[in-house]
Amino acid sequence: MSARSDLTELGRSETALRAFLHGLPGVDQVGAEQRAAQLGTRSIKATAKAWAIDLAIRMVDLTTLEGADTPGKVRALAAKALRPDPADPSCPHVGAVCVYPSMVPYVAEVLRQPAGGAGPADAQAAPAGTGLVHLASVATAFPSGQAPLEIKLADTRAAVAAGADEIDMVINRSAFLTGRYQEVYDEIVAIREACGPAHLKVILETGELSTYDNVRRASWLAMLAGADFIKTSTGKVPAAATPPVTLVMLEAVRDFRAATGRQVGVKPAGGIKTTKDAIKYLVLVNETVGADWLDPDWFRFGASSLLNDLLMQRTKLTTGEYAGPDYFTRD
Amino acid sequence: MSERVTVRKTYKLYIGGKFPRSESGRSYLVQSGENSTANVALASRKDARDAVLAARAAGSGWAGATAYNRGQILYRAAEMLEGRREQFVALGIPGDEVDAATDRWVWYAGWSDKLPQVRGGVNPVAGPYFNLSTPEPTGVVAVVAPAAPALLGLVSVIAPAIVSGNTVVVAASPTDPLAAVTLAEVLATADLPAGVVNILTGRLQETVPSLAGHRDVNALDLAGVADAELATSLEVKAAENLKRVLRPVPANYDWYANPGLARMTALLETKTVWHPKGG
Repeated sequence: MSARSDLTELGRSETALRAFLHGLPGVDQVGAEQRAAQLGTRSIKATAKAWAIDLAIRMVDLTTLEGADTPGKVRALAAKALRPDPADPSCPHVGAVCVYPSMVPYVAEVLRQPAGGAGPADAQAAPAGTGLVHLASVATAFPSGQAPLEIKLADTRAAVAAGADEIDMVINRSAFLTGRYQEVYDEIVAIREACGPAHLKVILETGELSTYDNVRRASWLAMLAGADFIKTSTGKVPAAATPPVTLVMLEAVRDFRAATGRQVGVKPAGGIKTTKDAIKYLVLVNETVGADWLDPDWFRFGASSLLNDLLMQRTKLTTGEYAGPDYFTRD
Repeated sequence: MSERVTVRKTYKLYIGGKFPRSESGRSYLVQSGENSTANVALASRKDARDAVLAARAAGSGWAGATAYNRGQILYRAAEMLEGRREQFVALGIPGDEVDAATDRWVWYAGWSDKLPQVRGGVNPVAGPYFNLSTPEPTGVVAVVAPAAPALLGLVSVIAPAIVSGNTVVVAASPTDPLAAVTLAEVLATADLPAGVVNILTGRLQETVPSLAGHRDVNALDLAGVADAELATSLEVKAAENLKRVLRPVPANYDWYANPGLARMTALLETKTVWHPKGG
């Protein structure tokens, strides 16, 4: 691994960047898949399960990214984010709400009501253990990223101006796959700057990167360019987050912290639908990067249907009876 | 030539159209026919949960199938049952009972497209509207099968539930589950969509309370619960989310008698629509 000072210089030349990324050790595909599968067999029960479920709820980026999203729908989603289980005040709120830029103002209405107002964000009405529910917005011509840079930058600025404090950008896969690493790097740096105070999550869209080696390179590239989070997928292509891909990314953030001292978060997104899946990911996190990442600030789930399953499992643990989907809002 | 070794059968659960072993990996011994024993899966509450998921998933497709289609599939099940008569007899079930069970399937199969006419209709209203009521299935029904008669009792609780479009999770008789597992094989080859009937074998105390308390089960048929105390506790659990409950069937009930419509109509909801008259 290069020394700390070298890494900051890498972005200055395409040659150095390419040499570094191609100098990263290759991923043992069979090994990564077996390791992820083996960690998925851990049995998490009783109190540990209850803890894991509450943590997973706090890590959910409650997402709706449909052409059919309406202000009413995203307002309802935001209200659910604040209080996922209205019947149980001990249920924690989710990590963030994730929407398209045009929907950000409506979410902000619900999430950012001034304290003392009569709404659900009222300090007294807020659920136990409350903190800020973040407001994430996808940007940069999500999901394909096939737009000129100026449009991507304008997209990002608009989302931040509307109240988003986290931006989920997509990398330029076209440039990455053709080997134009500098272009990808510069684009992330530019978006990073446009974000201002907002956190930047960089979506690698691993389903389109073909190999684990590419996932590792894209992870490093995004982190070198200043990503606060690296995210697996848009959820718009069939191959979304998988445990082995997340394992490779977790190894990358671990090595990156060892090399630079800066901690970067990871967000698997797409295809995580059940509590069992979510707990498998938490085991993966704990065993790969350790407990430092077992926190909503450093690990998130991009999901929509996952939350209801978590709530049903939580209800099962608190009441002893299996819950039904009829008792939770469908979003 | 050496003597042939007979192939012993493993009796498994029937969930979502498949025959899985119990999630718990357990099994127990039961008497099979005159002088042999068989290993039967001992279902856990997680198997019950999986069965409810399968039943729920099958619900919309089965309820949405035409009454004619449901009737044909049930009739097909009766055909398969007739064809396996000898197999049931070998399990110790009297031939008369197998015949009665087959006739019962056919009888219920015929009701699929007649029930809506008997239980629904046009309501007279004082306004320019058509007002129509139609029976709809309740949803997922958890059924405790009667211990005896093993096959006829089982058919007499499953058929009336599914003919109207409900899906069922059946807890088979713990002492005599072979008829239930064999019936599952009949249903699996009868074009019945996966998950419409799910069969659990094992201890009632283990599976049925979790079904009774399950929020995603709509009705509970306690036909085969002989223990009054267990029946009461199950009714209490079912009351939590207002499940429809069918009380235990008395031990002296004659399963061969004409069952009437009661078991079918108990598992229906009535949907009424108002439609403005033209002109």
